[in-house]
Amino acid sequence: MMDWTAIALSANLALVTMLVLLPLAIAAARWLAVTPFRGKPWIEGLLALPLVLPPTVIGYYLLIAMGAHSPLGRWFEAVAGQTLAFSFSGLVVASVVFNIPFAVQPVQRAFEAISPEIREAAQCCGLTFWQAFRKIELPLAWPGILSAAVLTFAHTLGEFGVVLMVGGNIPGETKTVAIAIYDKTQSFDTASAGAMALLLLLISLVTIAVSYGLVDRLMRKRRAS
Amino acid sequence: MTLRLDLHHGGPPLDFRADLPKGVITALVGPSGSGKTSILRAVAGLLRLKRARIAMGDEVWDDGRLHLRARHRPIGFVPQHYGLFPHMTALGNVETALTHLPAKERRARAESCIALAHVAGLETRYPRELSGGQRQRVALARAIARDPRLLLLDEPFSAVDRSTRKRLYLELRRLHEQLHTTILLVTHDLDEAAQLASHLCLIRHGRLLQQGPTAEVMARPRCEEAARLLDIPNVFEGEIEEGDPAGPFLLWGPHRLRTTGQRPEETGSRQRWAVLPTNVLLARTDKPWGSHLENPVPALVEDVVLMGGDAVVWVRPRGLPEERVQMRLPARAVRRYSVVSGTEVTMCLRAADIVLLRESRP
Repeated sequence: MMDWTAIALSANLALVTMLVLLPLAIAAARWLAVTPFRGKPWIEGLLALPLVLPPTVIGYYLLIAMGAHSPLGRWFEAVAGQTLAFSFSGLVVASVVFNIPFAVQPVQRAFEAISPEIREAAQCCGLTFWQAFRKIELPLAWPGILSAAVLTFAHTLGEFGVVLMVGGNIPGETKTVAIAIYDKTQSFDTASAGAMALLLLLISLVTIAVSYGLVDRLMRKRRAS
Repeated sequence: MTLRLDLHHGGPPLDFRADLPKGVITALVGPSGSGKTSILRAVAGLLRLKRARIAMGDEVWDDGRLHLRARHRPIGFVPQHYGLFPHMTALGNVETALTHLPAKERRARAESCIALAHVAGLETRYPRELSGGQRQRVALARAIARDPRLLLLDEPFSAVDRSTRKRLYLELRRLHEQLHTTILLVTHDLDEAAQLASHLCLIRHGRLLQQGPTAEVMARPRCEEAARLLDIPNVFEGEIEEGDPAGPFLLWGPHRLRTTGQRPEETGSRQRWAVLPTNVLLARTDKPWGSHLENPVPALVEDVVLMGGDAVVWVRPRGLPEERVQMRLPARAVRRYSVVSGTEVTMCLRAADIVLLRESRP
């Protein structure tokens, strides 16, 4: 009834996406939070695009970018001996791209909320950039990073359009739980579709609610100061 | 070892040059937007200016090419809102400034700084659990932890109530007596500067108007802008009459006032001058003789306002219907000599108290 392969694949994809994306998102968010420069709205707009574009549009461009005729596609084929499109690696690349706003924005807001006085105090305390980042900024931005991780995870579990465009429907390789639900519905297996849909709903609800609760508790502790 | 500053910046304009004495508290005083915080941040190494030279004794911190980073300067910095790390306890905050020490020595050093700043017993509290005054003390403890040669304080008393502020003044003076660190204090509050600093720099529009020992600057502004900044209401214009061996005389309407001291050279015969309200004396009607009768000017009392033990009295000097002079007298003198509006009095301006002002540069 349950397509456990698809469920495991989705969980795996969500985890890998989160692990790949978070460090990149933290670096980009920190940079955007503290660096004023011309054209910043364009960079921020570019990173927010996945929020507003239809998944098919993102999927289409990703497919072109990963295709055997693109430099990325050719390079990947030369290194890995398989095409990037319609593979698990391709799905990871696509997931990372369409999750960028979900990961970058909460972290950027968190870094922006750290007052410049605190950063300057850290410098005057003799801390190097990395010491200040590790001891002061990262712990203070932690609620934002947690939000980003959870949103990325939950959003990857539920993504459908981009995955279908880039990955197709290969069991064990690119068939995620969202696509499995679609499949079951198409073949009138509503019992299986319903069970998996409920599972996905519950997982998403629990992760988001727990993370909101955690973030809220962290923030309330901070806000008093 | 003096702190030598030469700072220039286009916009907002900054054109500041000063030598600050070692081991004393120097106050940078000016209205908001005068550039005093920029100066402090430049000294801290947090702000890089187009043209700057900052040297502590022979040690150059900034000279156009070289720019020593904040973390390499022997400074302690207390920002306006203290910049405490909210996720660390008071002790953690102070220990964070001690990464240059071996880990096992940090605790003892942090605890001794906390004791010096009068916050012993609050080591395990987080900033949110501290009052404004306690936060300021923790920030001070953190700033002195690295044994800085220069302590930079940016309006450190602006966020606490009046009674706490007075206590913190005392504590800062005591701390300074113990450490003898050179302190640079930014404030817009003249009273605060007068109580804490023995050296004063007056700043306006990014430019140094005057610097020197606090009492001297406060009593003898050099130019009209400085007088206004020091909140001296009595600024007038007269005419200089030279050639008298008794000193230059100031012709002020029908009055001829003897003055002492140097006359600023660039003015013509017109001369702006000032006198502090506390230096305008009232001739006693019961003792119409004595040295206090220097430069007597008859005047008409226009208004009297009692403020605590003091009285602020406005008088109109005879023959000068446009001018009003403010006096500050003890309230009991006002009562004893029945100074009420409408009475005729004689005010006296001692020659040494008449301050001849330079023209303010535009």
